[in-house]
Amino acid sequence: MTWRSATVVGLRDETATARTIALAVRDWPSHIAGQHVDVRLTAPDGYSAVRSYSIASAPNSDGRIEITVERLANGEVSPYLTKELLVGDDLELRGPIGGWFVWRRDQTEPIQLVAGGSGIVPLMAMIRSRASVGSTAPFRLLYSVREPGAVLYGDELRALSDQDHSVIVTYAYTRATPKDSSRPPGRIDAMLIATGTWPSNLNPTSYVCGPTSFVEHANDLLIAAGHGRENIRTERFGATGERK
Amino acid sequence: MAIISRGFAGRRSTADAKLPPGQYLTTDFPVLSAGPTPHIPLDRWEFTIDDGSNLLKRWNWKSFRELPTETITVDIHCVTRWSKFGTSWEGVSLDVLLADVKTDLSYTMFRSYGDYTTNLPLKDVVNKQAWIAFKFNGADLEPEHGGPARLLVPHLYFWKSAKWVRGLTLMPHDKPGFWEGLGYHIYGDPWLEQRYSDQ
Amino acid sequence: MSVPMNYLDGNAAAGELSRIFAMDITSAEGQCANCGAMGRFAEAHLYVQCPGLVARCALCGYVLLRCVNTEQHVFLDLRGMKYLALATTQLQEAGS
Repeated sequence: MTWRSATVVGLRDETATARTIALAVRDWPSHIAGQHVDVRLTAPDGYSAVRSYSIASAPNSDGRIEITVERLANGEVSPYLTKELLVGDDLELRGPIGGWFVWRRDQTEPIQLVAGGSGIVPLMAMIRSRASVGSTAPFRLLYSVREPGAVLYGDELRALSDQDHSVIVTYAYTRATPKDSSRPPGRIDAMLIATGTWPSNLNPTSYVCGPTSFVEHANDLLIAAGHGRENIRTERFGATGERK
Repeated sequence: MAIISRGFAGRRSTADAKLPPGQYLTTDFPVLSAGPTPHIPLDRWEFTIDDGSNLLKRWNWKSFRELPTETITVDIHCVTRWSKFGTSWEGVSLDVLLADVKTDLSYTMFRSYGDYTTNLPLKDVVNKQAWIAFKFNGADLEPEHGGPARLLVPHLYFWKSAKWVRGLTLMPHDKPGFWEGLGYHIYGDPWLEQRYSDQ
Repeated sequence: MSVPMNYLDGNAAAGELSRIFAMDITSAEGQCANCGAMGRFAEAHLYVQCPGLVARCALCGYVLLRCVNTEQHVFLDLRGMKYLALATTQLQEAGS
């Protein structure tokens, strides 16, 4: 898999700290929802850094993808991508990568998506992929975030869940909740799994994505709720660069 | 040929004349690990010296902490290209630990809790070149940086400064440890830029 | 246990390993040579903040795979797996 060049064709702020970058990629072979790309930045003296970002957009034949980057305070690459990068700049990327943590449009079984923070990105690609072909596969999303201002794609998710509950969305807020929330702030727990996700007897395929500790916690809860290990797919996000 | 990213510099500081070739200066302290952080209760910690057949020396945490210590300030150099100047450690010199050990074996393999190993010539861990360090910047060494105690051998690349160290085995011949057996240089002198085994 | 977990999973190794494997490694099935556990490579615990890439069995922690990039070689150690079965239908760059 070789490095390809990509040109920034659009920038869109999703929250105070997250930005979506639209890229036109040379000879892009299309992708499957859930896959990611590796982005490589090279300084003039040859120093380079590579980071992985999930593709946020649905598969298409335009040769364009979108990635959503969350700016990390101590990050080496994310501050550049979210603050310095301009439309017209070129990046190198490698991909699409990954054949396991994917949702294919011919899947018809119920799907349970569980997102922790920026783990929503590849799951949003799955939601968008489903919408783009008019699939009626039953989708539910359990989306855990710190606070309402950290929600990515909020308007789009609201529009989808309003359309005949096309995708049923349940939010869990861990630090601060909206005023009308019936649940106090806290991590996802067995009660939320019981009320906010597909029951295990429907045999859904579950996709869990987020920081490692979130994924392990969610995975344990799903297993405890009766889901088979073989029906749960996970993708862990975390620092792949160096940290303090 | 890589595409140059306009305006990207990474996390580096400006170059310094005291840096080994190919290194850049960092002010933070990156955490690198090949496995989960072991958590060793102090009442079970020990450091042993053996020669492959016989146990020669053993300390538990109490007897280890009764040994004379030194505080040293050194520069450290990681093979992943970051260097950190002026790091301060407190530890027990290997000269103290090997004081009563009579051997004609010339090489060592340091072993860690977990499965990490790294090899060093014996002459590189004596004569004020190596310590078992338990404090960093005046505070107890944190588990993610190798606590309760790690090997510190600042004149070689920092992968040789094994975290969570538990002992050393004296050997007649040099044998590669965890990274030395998979492409990293058997010795690792940063001033000669000895990063890899195939250079 | 709220210990900060310093690992990712096999998905994060896929880009690097795509230089070596013509078929997708994340969906490959493997067996741990230590405890015999079978699983998808995507579920292996991956340590990337080190001078190489280390994949460990999610059950027993044994090193399944290690990979080091030097300037002239890619060193690969697969001794920790009894086998790795990659699906011939999962070629790299097959978007669909």
